[in-house]
Amino acid sequence: MTKTVGVAGCGTMGAGIAIVAARAGYTVRVFDTNRDALERARVQTAGFLDKSVARGKLTTEERDALLGRLVGTTRIADLADCSFVIEAIYEDLAAKHDLLSQLDQVCPAETIFATNTSTISITEIAAGSGRADRFVGMHFCLPAQLMKLVEMSAGLNTSEATWVSAWAFCESLGQKPVATSDTPGFVLNYFLIPYHNDAIRLIEQGVASPEDIDIAMKTAMGYPMGPFELLDLVGADTQKLLCDAMYGLTNETRAACPPLVRRMIAAGHLGKKSGRGFHRYGDNKMFGA
Amino acid sequence: MPAHVVVTGASRSFPGDVPVMHGRGVILAGEVTSDGIAAAAQLEGDFIAIELGNECLAHHIGLDTNANLSCVVGFARFRLGTAEPGNLIELVSTDWTDKNALAAAKAAFQSGGFIIACCADRPGRIVNRLIRPYLNAVLRRLDDGLATAADMDKTLMMGLGYPEGPNALLDRTGLADHYEVSAALQAALGDADFAPARRAQIAWHRDMA
Ligand SMILES: NC(=O)c1ccc[n+]([C@@H]2O[C@H](COP(=O)([O-])OP(=O)(O)OC[C@H]3O[C@@H](n4cnc5c(N)ncnc54)[C@H](O)[C@@H]3O)[C@@H](O)[C@H]2O)c1
Repeated sequence: MTKTVGVAGCGTMGAGIAIVAARAGYTVRVFDTNRDALERARVQTAGFLDKSVARGKLTTEERDALLGRLVGTTRIADLADCSFVIEAIYEDLAAKHDLLSQLDQVCPAETIFATNTSTISITEIAAGSGRADRFVGMHFCLPAQLMKLVEMSAGLNTSEATWVSAWAFCESLGQKPVATSDTPGFVLNYFLIPYHNDAIRLIEQGVASPEDIDIAMKTAMGYPMGPFELLDLVGADTQKLLCDAMYGLTNETRAACPPLVRRMIAAGHLGKKSGRGFHRYGDNKMFGA
Repeated sequence: MPAHVVVTGASRSFPGDVPVMHGRGVILAGEVTSDGIAAAAQLEGDFIAIELGNECLAHHIGLDTNANLSCVVGFARFRLGTAEPGNLIELVSTDWTDKNALAAAKAAFQSGGFIIACCADRPGRIVNRLIRPYLNAVLRRLDDGLATAADMDKTLMMGLGYPEGPNALLDRTGLADHYEVSAALQAALGDADFAPARRAQIAWHRDMA
């Protein structure tokens, strides 16, 4: 019997995670309280799959079958037959607790819950789920439908059996799990956010331009993107949210939001999405900030 | 015309053959002394480029405006520990460096096939300033049990497309070298994030023993 997977919240991450699960053959119940979000995700998913067909990665039959396995709903009760539910709603502990306690009433006792949180403790989220022993962290990367990495973390009360099942489930999705401890930012964000802040502070201190810093890091380290190319994709507004969350949790000064980020947000220099961040974007070309 | 290259003693930038670089200037590599700079200043040319280690350019030419030395820039070819040097040259100038001299030095290094990143005269320049706190954090969190070294490396490679994880990189290039650069930058910047992590301290002390 093919298992049914639930994805709660179908914004940026949930929509991608739903594609991953459907691609792996699962029937996916995509739950969002916002009907518009479901519709937006449906359109984006169809567009993404059409591109996969155009590139020869999927046949039209496979695309149609995959779309058929994605079932959108605004009714939480529809998640009753899910053996796994991945939560990907707003990054807000109270909202996550509220949702998970409702899900606990809806789903059978053996259903495992996972959260895609980036910054909140797995143990804290699990504490409000009614099933802290059957709860794990599964942190997918953006864009989830393309990135294979999943950082998996056990909470203090996660049972061994849950961990083993969740790990196998992650592999069954065709993803590559890594084990990290339940600490702020796990591995990726723990290292990336302060590194980006360090680079921003070099600008604040007049050490070098964004162009020179990007060139230096790519050439010296073989990184595919310089810090400012990546920051412009992340967005200054998101960087501030990440910093505030990480600094609030760790008190580590490298994680504190540099003042320049706040000024850039005020000036509307959010990054690629606003046409200007550390670099300028026009006709897909990069210019000095 | 080929730039005049003088290599005195061991050069971290040019451990082997020095590539041909074109331009009217002098490149001093290896051990740079004030006498060497004075001798280079006697030659006709647009620039003098002197190799830097962990020290600042001002260490050699002073902090104050000096018309005789405004054609002097600093350079370092980026190299991690015992690994081969890479293709990046960090080119250092002060706020009183002659802009034409900087441009001429940049063109000369580019003619040798190097990629140039210009920066101000600050400890650690660009790359060491950014990677040393990060590598120290990696070593500290490894001690904390954040993840295994292999999982940490895998995460950073898969998540960010890095060609090599930080733990493998430190194994390959030497923890003791990381200690030395970090300790020099901590002394220069007074910033605890540059303090060499426990694993680097141990590697360095064992190397010394
Ligand atoms: N965006 C990223 O780069 C990224 C990367 C990894 C992890 N995350 C994490 O993933 C989670 C989701 O982030 P996102 O960027 O996709 O957010 P988003 O704002 O794009 O989407 C959140 C969705 O959740 C829905 N939602 C809110 N409350 C709900 C509820 N009670 N029940 C059902 N649906 C509800 C919203 O309508 C919205 O569609 C967060 O925990 C975030 O930390 C984000």
